Amino acid sequence: MPRLLRRVATRLLGSIPVLVIVVVGVFLLLNSAGGDAVDAYLLSIGGGDAQQAEELRIRFGLDQSVTARLALTLAQLARGDLGYSVALNRPIGAVIAERLPNTLWLMGSATALSFALGSALGVLAGRRPGSAADRLLSAGSLFLYSIPNFWLGLVLSVVFAVRLRWLPVSGIETIASGKTGLARAADIAQHLVLPVSALGMIYLALFLRVMRAGMVEAWGQDYTLAARARGVAPWRITLNHAARNALLPLVTMLGLQAASMLGGSVVIESVFGIPGFGRLAQEAVAGRDGPLLMGVILVSALMVVAANLLVDLAYGALDPRVGGPR
Amino acid sequence: MIRELLRRPEALLGGLLLLLIAGAALLAPVLSPGDPLAIAGRPLVRPFTDPAFPLGTDGLGRDLLAGVIHGVRTSAAIGLAAALVAVLAGMLVGTAAGFAGGLVDEALMRVVDAFQIVPGFLLALAFVSVTGPSLAVVAIAIALGAWTGPARLSRSRVLALREADFVAAARVMGMHPAEIALRQVMPLALPPVLAVTAVIVAGAILTESALSFLGLGDPNAVTWGGMIAEGRNQLRSAAYLSIIPGIALVLTVISIYLVGEALTDVLAGKRQS
Amino acid sequence: MTSLATCDRLTVRYPGAARPALADLTLALHAGEKLAVVGESGSGKSTLARALAGLLPVGTALSGAIRWSGPPPRPGRDIGTVFQDPGASLDPLLTVGAHLVEGLRAPLPLGRAEARARAAALLARVHIPDPERALAAWPHQFSGGQAQRIAIALAIAAGPHLLVADEATSALDVLVQAEIVALLRELCRDAGMTLLFITHDIALAGTLADRVAVLHDARLVEIGPAARLLAAPREPYTRALLAAQLDLASPRLVGTRP
Ligand SMILES: Nc1ncnc2c1ncn2[C@@H]1O[C@H](COP(=O)(O)OP(=O)(O)OP(=O)(O)O)[C@@H](O)[C@H]1O
Ligand SMILES: [Mg+2]
Repeated sequence: MPRLLRRVATRLLGSIPVLVIVVVGVFLLLNSAGGDAVDAYLLSIGGGDAQQAEELRIRFGLDQSVTARLALTLAQLARGDLGYSVALNRPIGAVIAERLPNTLWLMGSATALSFALGSALGVLAGRRPGSAADRLLSAGSLFLYSIPNFWLGLVLSVVFAVRLRWLPVSGIETIASGKTGLARAADIAQHLVLPVSALGMIYLALFLRVMRAGMVEAWGQDYTLAARARGVAPWRITLNHAARNALLPLVTMLGLQAASMLGGSVVIESVFGIPGFGRLAQEAVAGRDGPLLMGVILVSALMVVAANLLVDLAYGALDPRVGGPR
Repeated sequence: MIRELLRRPEALLGGLLLLLIAGAALLAPVLSPGDPLAIAGRPLVRPFTDPAFPLGTDGLGRDLLAGVIHGVRTSAAIGLAAALVAVLAGMLVGTAAGFAGGLVDEALMRVVDAFQIVPGFLLALAFVSVTGPSLAVVAIAIALGAWTGPARLSRSRVLALREADFVAAARVMGMHPAEIALRQVMPLALPPVLAVTAVIVAGAILTESALSFLGLGDPNAVTWGGMIAEGRNQLRSAAYLSIIPGIALVLTVISIYLVGEALTDVLAGKRQS
Repeated sequence: MTSLATCDRLTVRYPGAARPALADLTLALHAGEKLAVVGESGSGKSTLARALAGLLPVGTALSGAIRWSGPPPRPGRDIGTVFQDPGASLDPLLTVGAHLVEGLRAPLPLGRAEARARAAALLARVHIPDPERALAAWPHQFSGGQAQRIAIALAIAAGPHLLVADEATSALDVLVQAEIVALLRELCRDAGMTLLFITHDIALAGTLADRVAVLHDARLVEIGPAARLLAAPREPYTRALLAAQLDLASPRLVGTRP
């Protein structure tokens, strides 16, 4: 256990400089923009005079030099304070905490679905490479892999929500339904079916392909041949040897996709009107709210770091050859 | 190699499709002259009902076929430009890191890490919102999220090549390290990067469509993502407005994957034998 | 001398291969003997081993016949196989114990606990120190020689009457190689097992085997008692093979013949 803790600690410490680079980079990018949140805010409330703007700028520290503000921002973020959103007129940390659960549900379900189905179908395809099942699944996965998630979301909602009326068109739950407990959970699950499918499909295809490739690789290894020589049943060799080994690259891939899936949820949340973290990014862009955008990007980066840490630990648990860090 | 490609049915299909798409992109002004954003006829003509508008018209009476044909230019231009920028930037950074080693390598790779833990789409969103949407900005924004792959690939290749004899020979001859890195080593790091280029182009096209869908594409260009977004308002009554440009998008991306995959296979087979 | 198996004009062609990997091979494997098969790389040695063990890839074209003295053998139950690279022939993600339990339960009707008890005994039989601990260990924690002992334990788990060792010692250094050869000899003696020992080292073949078969270019060149074949090869190819090896020669091998 102490070794495990040390590994986690090393990984987290190692990611601090990377996170600092992220903050500095995003800060410089956002500051190269003409016009700031105060302009956008005043515009949105129908204008204000120069004095009001000046007061707001002083209040949010927007009147100081770039380096001074960068230092302030870094110090503030290091304290765990994400700052204040001008556009939403609320603390950014609170807004993010409110929006994050929806996105975590969306991403978590999409990951679980695509991982479970993708690996299972990958085993089916890689069981006998070149078989009819393999060719069908490989072609199908390439097709799925080519579909933009937001368009898939629209098509799914036309079919299942608009035409068939099986599922709700948008939102994360029925507004003011008064549901609680299990009924509410079921309601949320119903709302999540379409967005999760739309978001997860491309990863399902990806995981299927990675799993299949891992199986093909395993069939070329001596240990599957040796298991055959021992008279081990084919299904057992498939599951216990080939699939188990093919799972390792899939787990690695899972970590690599965390960032891309967060990006995908921005669009999917917009398609399905889910008030989540991804929508917040869009609102920050629309409101020209630099600090909010910074907060969203930093929290995404933290989530990616956390996801990769989890994947690392999972890999360590799956592969006995992995000992200490790296 | 061409003959080998022709023997694979899926490569043949992808190749034909890609030729068709490239043809449409090149001949767009001939195939559908005039402004694709101009009103051409009655609004909401259903597809396959009026020979003048084979794919129908949108809510304002704009020709959907013209939109699809002109949209391919945007997609292709941005896909290729973004991939070019990503590959070039990635190879320069990767080569510099691998060749210089030490602190430079360490610092550059932390920057690569930083770009990899930020969702590329969020970065593109932020970049476009700060710089204002134009084709060039969108291409660069997409490249911001795509250059790290080529950087890592070329770095590991350069690390392997750094100690090669020809590099030592060039050093002895007094060549400048930067010249050795750029002229002698970098070209050799190209093959592994080229192998992933098709994936980068396809990914860039998908990202561009998502940006335009969210209203962050170039407002002066016809984009499939933008068409899908506009059609969205009439999803209940005229779903074809969103579905048709989406099909064009899927066909484009799949043809790139098919051709790219076949090319990688053939090249890998070549290297083995 | 009863024969365990007879290859009759056996020809094997891998899917998509231009030439057969074994051509027109006729050869008898005697019950209880140790037959060494030698030949250079690509001569078809492994193909012969895989054909006998029933491990040829699907789609391989076979003509001629392999006749067995009894009912057709089942892999694992009647034939055990040991491969060249001990590291690669064990699944890196399974413990040694899991390998043995799986290997024992595949051909034999054993419960899990019973299999586990037998597994420890098997490890002791191939002289793995502290078998109980070894059961819980992973393949990568063993040296090449020890891993090969484990692979041998797996191959003999169900008490097969034929053991096929395909270059089982080639990846090991000479000292370990000698130990493994000694182990194989001991196991065959104790259990009355027939051994098909594949190697490209003709001198090693001479020290272990009763008979030696020489393969060249998918064909059988010569077969005969080990002592005779090494001392007075009849075919020019065998002579050349011997000369080539004696040139590289380690006096050690020349001196070890009893
Ligand atoms: N799975 C396969 N598919 C196609 N050809 C194969 C396959 N396995 C072996 N071959 C070919 O069959 C021939 C005989 O191979 P084999 O493995 O039996 O040789 P070998 O004598 O065991 O050689 P080595 O000493 O290198 O192990 C070789 O030409 C080889 O290339
Ligand atoms: Mg062999």
